[in-house]
Amino acid sequence: MTSKDIISLLPYADPFLFVDGLSIISGEGATGYYTFKEAEYFFKGHFKSHPITPGVILTECMAQIGVVCLGIYLLKDDITENFKPQIALTSSYVDFYLPVFPGETVTVISEKEVFRFNKLKCNVKLFNEKGELVCRGTISGMLKSKNHD
Amino acid sequence: MKNEELIAKMKAIVQPYVQDEGAFNELSEETTFVGDLKINSANLVDIILDVEDEFDIRIDNEEMEQMLSVKAAMAIVNSKIAT
Repeated sequence: MTSKDIISLLPYADPFLFVDGLSIISGEGATGYYTFKEAEYFFKGHFKSHPITPGVILTECMAQIGVVCLGIYLLKDDITENFKPQIALTSSYVDFYLPVFPGETVTVISEKEVFRFNKLKCNVKLFNEKGELVCRGTISGMLKSKNHD
Repeated sequence: MKNEELIAKMKAIVQPYVQDEGAFNELSEETTFVGDLKINSANLVDIILDVEDEFDIRIDNEEMEQMLSVKAAMAIVNSKIAT
């Protein structure tokens, strides 16, 4: 399963797709990247004449790459024409350290902590282009697989 | 293990994940995790993992699906620690 296959299975689209590509994917974790374009809709209002990527959007980017892309990869053997993986966010705890401005590319690195009984819990970090840690946290989701719905 | 001892251990495991405090205060063997305590499916998995650690046992998918109430969870734990 390639990075392109995984992204095509994501249930998101513009303006709420925050994955440009994946550089590493395995049963143990995922690494991916996204560039926050100057034209992203939320920069208009967060903040007034002072655009900074909202923490909730950074969290979403971490969840899409770190939990949903990884979850799709983990369920790859179940995927058929009629079955696409579904993943629901169930918890997130994130600490933030640095701002992300329009035009910045971020890299998300996720490590699987637990994947049992369809719950996927990951330790996720987000870095800027300088390699500085922007935020990190623990994000979990429940995966709907074919065998256990 | 004595029933009271087991139920006390179960209560301690379940407490961090409970949404309905009232139902938790009246917890009995008949209490269900999802219906009564309003625990979500992800936290139900956390409870199973905590039960595994507490009693040093391994629970499989089939047993997990049966663990809907305190009573059912206690029965599974008892059958595992007895063997």
